Amino acid sequence: MTLAEKILASHTDKKKVSPGEFVTVRVDLILANDVTAPIAIKEFQRIGVDKVFDPKKVVMVPDHFVPNKDIASAEQAKLMRDFCYEQGIIYFEVGQMGIEHVLLPEQGLVLPGDVVIGADSHTCTYGALGTFATGMGSTDIAAAMATGDVWMKVPPTIKLVYHGGLGKWVGGKDLILYTIGDIGVDGALYSVMEFTGEAIDSLSIDGRFTIANMAIEAGAKAGIFRVDNKTQLYIKSRAKRPYRVYEPDSDAEYAQIIDYDVSNIEPQVALPHSPANTKPVSQVGDIEINQTVIGSCTNGRLEDLRLAARILKRRKVHPRVRCIIIPGSQQVYLDALTEGLIEIFIKAGAVVSTPTCGPCLGGHMGVLADGERCISTTNRNFVGRMGSLESEVYLSNPTVAAASAIAGRIVSPEEVVT
Amino acid sequence: MLLKGKVHKYGADVNTDAIIPARYLNVSEPAELAKHCMEGIDKDFVSTVKPGDIIMAITNFGCGSSREHAPLAIKAAGVSCIIAKTFARIFFRNAINIGLPLLECDEAVDKTKAGDILEIELASGKIKNLTGGMVFTAKPYPDFMAELIAAGGLIEYTKSRLVSRRI
Ligand code: SF4
Repeated sequence: MTLAEKILASHTDKKKVSPGEFVTVRVDLILANDVTAPIAIKEFQRIGVDKVFDPKKVVMVPDHFVPNKDIASAEQAKLMRDFCYEQGIIYFEVGQMGIEHVLLPEQGLVLPGDVVIGADSHTCTYGALGTFATGMGSTDIAAAMATGDVWMKVPPTIKLVYHGGLGKWVGGKDLILYTIGDIGVDGALYSVMEFTGEAIDSLSIDGRFTIANMAIEAGAKAGIFRVDNKTQLYIKSRAKRPYRVYEPDSDAEYAQIIDYDVSNIEPQVALPHSPANTKPVSQVGDIEINQTVIGSCTNGRLEDLRLAARILKRRKVHPRVRCIIIPGSQQVYLDALTEGLIEIFIKAGAVVSTPTCGPCLGGHMGVLADGERCISTTNRNFVGRMGSLESEVYLSNPTVAAASAIAGRIVSPEEVVT
Repeated sequence: MLLKGKVHKYGADVNTDAIIPARYLNVSEPAELAKHCMEGIDKDFVSTVKPGDIIMAITNFGCGSSREHAPLAIKAAGVSCIIAKTFARIFFRNAINIGLPLLECDEAVDKTKAGDILEIELASGKIKNLTGGMVFTAKPYPDFMAELIAAGGLIEYTKSRLVSRRI
């Protein structure tokens, strides 16, 4: 069995599962946010049970429209908060919260070998820790909150092997953009992407989160990594309960094996309006920008802010660019503050926001007008994703985004850091 | 059940931000969401859609976010069913869970034009193109999904599961 199949099998009453099979899977954690929880709660109430199956295995995070941007979003957040208090569900209030997919691993709530489902498509982020984690809709979450399990069709696994060492300014974001550019937005539809190879081993856990986060952008059900020493080190101080590390069998069957030699790839940029519309940064052409966003569940972690700070230190954001930096959690914010990164950002002329999804989904804190362009470290550049239907979003890693903020147009960090 | 309506046809990879832009997700009332249905891809959709109409797309329909607001908006706009060659997996689950029928049929997608009138018999998956005088058959649902649909969606299915657990 593959890594994903092993984890799934261990959460069923079966010894072995195979792709295509329908199984009922026990879940270790269920997640919802201020956008998806209200529907999940209403559906849960229709089932006719009073209590969730285990309040310690359900977590709700207000992150999309908080601190609340308007009355409607305040009502949604309130509905969720009241439900959490009533049920005793794990909940993070503004001041403790972060973007859910930055927060949950950081808090040790998701661990290797777990099955995690979330009413958010980027739940797949936790695969970086050797977790089987997948996004679903609100009704699926409602049913799982009542029963503690969920139906799944066992997905086939695609193994992706990344050979070679990574060039300067190239990181997890570039590997995943490069991959989606190659296989397309449905290149891994219904499948698990298992990320391996020496380039993957060389990445930090933060870099792996970025890759796992965007597995959904290739249509995948989950992205997954094997647990190594770096994972163990990350988990050790955080885990508050036992967990189990699974390894794929040596004779595991993969639907496909894709090999990449990444030693010569440049930082990648995804042009509007698809994450698969990628080009090496040197081939993007002369694209002026109005805004830069550095943050989100894709690239809002400490390593991302450190990289951005390396570029922005003692430099100035272009006078016509709004550079918005959003630490992914309160902990990331605090660490960035202690390390002096926040000061670097403010001196450079960037604005630093409290953790929120905000502009990533065109919610608040940096919505685009007609004809405006933004380079962003987020994960989606669909039409209208960050505001006006006539605006454009380009996706990149934090160094390209920071360098572009300085240049006022999309450039490689090399052009700024001389 | 017999469904009948006009086809609104779109391309590949229609994402959930196109179906219902994220800025409208500060509410979850289906009728409110329906006012902005397909806004990211077809500004005229809301003013032209009639009860019973059918959305048709090529592949990977509903990719992107997990928002159930997307199938809810489509259903509340009056759409009776969606036909495509493939669907994004979260969208597929969501639609089945809330009782919005989806059909996968390559041939129907290849041979049907925008504006054609279709008549669909859900139980058998028969798709009649009344405008072009053609008949297609959709892929049958796997047994488990058929069971879920027959139960009346996931909430009803879960209710009966919990009852049988208690006995
Ligand atoms: S940061 Fe963006 S992609 Fe991530 S959870 Fe928030 S809205 Fe979704």
